[in-house]
Amino acid sequence: MPIPWLSLVIFFPLVSAVLVAVLPREASRTIRTLATVAALAEVAFALPLWWRLEPARAGWQFVEQRTWLPALGATYSLGIDGISMLLVLLTVVLTAIAVIASFRAIEKRAREFYALLLALESGMLGTFLATDLLLFYVFWEAMLVPMYLLIGVWGGPRRVYAAVKFFLYTMAGSVLMLVAILWLYFLNKNATGTPSFALDAFYALSIPPAAQWWLFLAFAFAFAIKVPMFPLHTWLPDAHVEAPTAGSVILAAVLLKMGTYGFLRFAIPLFPQASAQLAPWIVGLALVGIWYGALVAMVQPDLKKLVAYSSVSHLGFCMLGLYAMNSQGFAGAMLQMLNHGVSTGALFLLVGVVYERRHSRMIADFGGLWKPLPVYAAVFLVVMLSSVGLPGTNGFVGEFLVLLGAFRTNPVWAGLAAVGVILSAVYMLWMFQRVMFGPVTHAENEHLADLSFRERLVFAPLLILIFAIGVFPQPFLDRMQPALDRTLALARQRAALSAPGRVEIAVPGGLKVVIPPQPSGGTPPIEGTRR
Amino acid sequence: MTLPLLWIIPALPLGAVALSLLLGDRLGRRGTAWLACGAVGASFAFAVRAALALAARPEEGRSITEVAYRWMQVGDFSANVAFLLDPLSAVMILVVTGVGFLIHVYSTGYMAHDPSFRRFFLYLNLFMFAMLTLVLADNLLLLFVGWEGVGLCSYLLIGFWYTKPSAAEAGKKAFIVNRIGDFGFLLGMLALVTWTGSLQYDALFSAAPQAFVAGGIAITVATLLLFLGATGKSAQIPLYTWLPDAMEGPTPVSALIHAATMVTAGVYMVARCHSLFQLAPISLEVVAVVGAATALFAATIGLAQNDIKRVLAYSTISQLGYMFMACGVGAFGAGIFHLMTHAFFKALLFLGAGSVIHALSDEQDLRRMGGLAKKLPWTHATMLVATIAIAGIPPFAGFFSKDEILHGAFASGHYGVWAVGLLGAILTAFYMFRLYVLAFRGGSRVSHEAEHHLHESPPSMIVPLFVLAILSLIGGWIGLPFQRGGHPFERWLEPVFGAGGAHGTMRPLSPMIEWLLIEVSVVAALLGIVFAFRAYLKDPSLATRLRERWPAVHRMLVHKYWVDEGLDALVVMPLYRASQRLWRFWDEKIVDGAVNGVGFLFEGFSVGLRLFQTGFVGTYALFLTLGAVALLLHFLRQ
Amino acid sequence: MSAPMAVPLSWMLALSGVVFVIGLIGVLVRRNALVIFMSIELMLNAANLAFVAFARQLDSLDGQVFVFFVMTVAAAEVAIGLAIIVNVFRLRETVYVDEINLLKG
Repeated sequence: MPIPWLSLVIFFPLVSAVLVAVLPREASRTIRTLATVAALAEVAFALPLWWRLEPARAGWQFVEQRTWLPALGATYSLGIDGISMLLVLLTVVLTAIAVIASFRAIEKRAREFYALLLALESGMLGTFLATDLLLFYVFWEAMLVPMYLLIGVWGGPRRVYAAVKFFLYTMAGSVLMLVAILWLYFLNKNATGTPSFALDAFYALSIPPAAQWWLFLAFAFAFAIKVPMFPLHTWLPDAHVEAPTAGSVILAAVLLKMGTYGFLRFAIPLFPQASAQLAPWIVGLALVGIWYGALVAMVQPDLKKLVAYSSVSHLGFCMLGLYAMNSQGFAGAMLQMLNHGVSTGALFLLVGVVYERRHSRMIADFGGLWKPLPVYAAVFLVVMLSSVGLPGTNGFVGEFLVLLGAFRTNPVWAGLAAVGVILSAVYMLWMFQRVMFGPVTHAENEHLADLSFRERLVFAPLLILIFAIGVFPQPFLDRMQPALDRTLALARQRAALSAPGRVEIAVPGGLKVVIPPQPSGGTPPIEGTRR
Repeated sequence: MTLPLLWIIPALPLGAVALSLLLGDRLGRRGTAWLACGAVGASFAFAVRAALALAARPEEGRSITEVAYRWMQVGDFSANVAFLLDPLSAVMILVVTGVGFLIHVYSTGYMAHDPSFRRFFLYLNLFMFAMLTLVLADNLLLLFVGWEGVGLCSYLLIGFWYTKPSAAEAGKKAFIVNRIGDFGFLLGMLALVTWTGSLQYDALFSAAPQAFVAGGIAITVATLLLFLGATGKSAQIPLYTWLPDAMEGPTPVSALIHAATMVTAGVYMVARCHSLFQLAPISLEVVAVVGAATALFAATIGLAQNDIKRVLAYSTISQLGYMFMACGVGAFGAGIFHLMTHAFFKALLFLGAGSVIHALSDEQDLRRMGGLAKKLPWTHATMLVATIAIAGIPPFAGFFSKDEILHGAFASGHYGVWAVGLLGAILTAFYMFRLYVLAFRGGSRVSHEAEHHLHESPPSMIVPLFVLAILSLIGGWIGLPFQRGGHPFERWLEPVFGAGGAHGTMRPLSPMIEWLLIEVSVVAALLGIVFAFRAYLKDPSLATRLRERWPAVHRMLVHKYWVDEGLDALVVMPLYRASQRLWRFWDEKIVDGAVNGVGFLFEGFSVGLRLFQTGFVGTYALFLTLGAVALLLHFLRQ
Repeated sequence: MSAPMAVPLSWMLALSGVVFVIGLIGVLVRRNALVIFMSIELMLNAANLAFVAFARQLDSLDGQVFVFFVMTVAAAEVAIGLAIIVNVFRLRETVYVDEINLLKG
């Protein structure tokens, strides 16, 4: 019998969390060491997936299946493909970084903090790896609790408000999703006679359009809150601002990806027709999010809030890519998910660094930091450029592919989204100017300590990833593409299942986009072209 | 055949950047200077080698592609990191590495006392890498990497003295204005790749005639979007406002980035995509008109500026206008020719201005200069060469290229553009000699303190000036019609721009008219020069009288037509205020208000329900009993 | 069952009902926790009476068995309940339920 690798990856952090939790409270060094070792060991466990996974092989790999609730047909089944592999790696790397970055920031109840962080990691990994919808839902909900506590216990002054808002908001969405999952379950049971929550079973199920509509709405609502899409985004600034640095990092880097992952894995392939019908609305919201997030980010006086709103803008790009419904859009969205994890995670860490030193996140409290903190400023510069999408960094490749995908589906979308490229430069550069340039405006900033060795160690992998994805994106693209193509083909087949021939998406502006049921995206007819 | 090793040309400066980052301050000032100059010098050597290898090939085979690796491939889209050497990029790499090398050497003297010496050369080398990537790229996407890369370096170098708020502000402005252009460029690329399937030059240009209807909306929009990118990078109307502010950077930076190389990237890109622009006549007209308008507009502003570097900045904008004018009328070869000669004399002008500023202890105001010719003999001599060159007096370099542009405009029937160009030439000659006279001739207006420290610059600065002066003198001679069917420069570019080069779409003019045109433009230049000498040397009251005669015009020119103020009031502030309102009112009150409203709604329900929860056991027991009785009654009824 | 009916079923049920209502009213109107407790016992015993009566009427042992369960539960309940009341009295020095309306001590 092969080693249950995925289970190992999921539950190793949980076991470590328990171990950390039973350590004596005073042994703070041991606690930190154990947590760090556990997080790094988890990276070592998960990293071989990068090589061992065969991207070209269709379907799930390293499959594990055990009976769980036989009466309901729910199974404990795990599987991985190119999409989830990249997200799993993102999760383990950023959790390790978050653990190491918290050494100095967390002083009270360190034991509980690290235990919760590791438990959270288990929940996140389970969500990405579950191939049974009930199991997925269990992990999805289980993830909420540690995050709620991380914000509520170790957060800033308004932490309780933020934690409750985060919890209730997410809960409201996921409850609807649970209802939708049950509906799917009964549809499947009626159609096939066997009770099952398996994702593959649902993939094979033909769902009548009316049911699709409601099911999609329920799923989309849950995921849109997580993404977060405008106008369901207001929990994000509060949660980010109040959460401790490690919490913000995980929240931005991984938890938001649950939303886009959900769209990619469930909402689009399961309900392709409803997806296609609602695409103009979703794209509309994504575009509003891109503009809105950027404009509101521009006027934020608080660094963390600025980064939080920039997330709204960036995730708008992800959603746009997904709803372009072609390979470039999908690949761009997927890459943008990773990019956002890396660069926004890094941005939150950077804000955390100055917060630890000055206990302020207000832009007005800084100014001229380049002089006392040259290394910090240089790292900040690189991360900012990645967030702005400068070619040569990871942000550009993702953004370009998303825009390319969007342009192929509807040039107007791409045109509107590309304005975000300008706006992101505006808010980021303005912030950078106010924080880094000029004379040192506050005397207490003059003698701040530059990045310590530990902090440099924290940023090194992120900087490497920023350039690696920017300069050599192909290894990443190679790993995600077969899975993305499969998802796309699945969505097209399932759409064709109930509407033979073609899918039509009516988009604003009088254009009609026809997606033929073949792999490459259609190009809208535009005057002056010969195709 | 030996490979020309193209990748090594941009890789060398990048390697220097990496080395400098790794070694840190252990390198020392001398080490830093040697590393930076050495890398660029070696790049220049490889560029010469590559150009020679290219020249050795037969004309049809003058295009060498080197694929480094596959950058990205998604579905049917793919892009490589690949380099292309053809006559056009050969000219560009020679200009970039050649002028770049001279400016690096100059900077070792100019920046010698700056505390951030290493950082300066780090940025400068990074710039060389990005610029060389831009010109050597064999597809638009990789060009875009260099395109934004040079923008980044420009941002960093303008804001090099970051403690100065105006410098930081100028850097940000440059980046953001460039981003507006890049927005267009990006969309243009998307349009091209969507309909032709590739961004690789050969594939793109050969597919375009099939993919697009000539003169149709799609290609017109696509090329106009590309041109929007060019206006940003090359500081043309409407995106020119960043360049004058960019003078906040160190002077060698202004010479390298904001005169000789980066700002010409837009011209290079339009020339590179000439076959696309030729499919869209309307776009070409727009290019010509924007170029001509910018040439004249910037020249008028240049008339009234008192900061020596700002005069040069507006002159750069104006000269870039000429280059676009050339591209717009179809004389792409002439545009590139002017690009090259301009790189020589404008770099020289900036470096000379830098030498003056250096000598005067950072004084940039022309009103506090004068009579420097005797004190700074070398600087004066080389500056004079450059000023004559830009004014367009034969046999200096600027004459040949500018004349060719005007010739192209006339021959292609753009008489209006030609007239504007001619008028611009008069103004150029005038304001450049105004600068020359105010700085070097007449009596000294230098402050006492600066007078005391006045000194000629060190050899590391003078030698580059001297080399550039020679180039400004003879650089145009390859434009002499030594042979039939165009001059050597034009023949060299022929594989790129097609047979007949600049004259492909143009009526041949009779020799008499050609001579007449040359005479007219020389006379125009002389007119400007004579007037400048009169107004600022012979009879200084003339300038004052003119100013008093038309005060409104003068004020308008001094304030640069209030464009910056207008943009600030009409775009920047409204956007800022709207965003504030979006956040404070819309996001916090309406969107989040709705969320909290839902919360309050439930809270309200709960407050009502809480009344039942008295905490008295008796009440609960009563409700229990009532419930039981109700159930009992219900069952009894059935 | 062959034995003659000494007391008719309806009488026994009436008695049970009366005792139950007395208990119920006691629970609702009295404020002393001990008295409430005793009233609850009354209600339980009323139920027991009904069980026994029906068991006899239907000639089945089930009802009798059930009475034993109820009595066991009642005994357990008394033990725990009295313990709680004693504790509450120690803490608050009162056993009046009106005054014990907060879960927080």
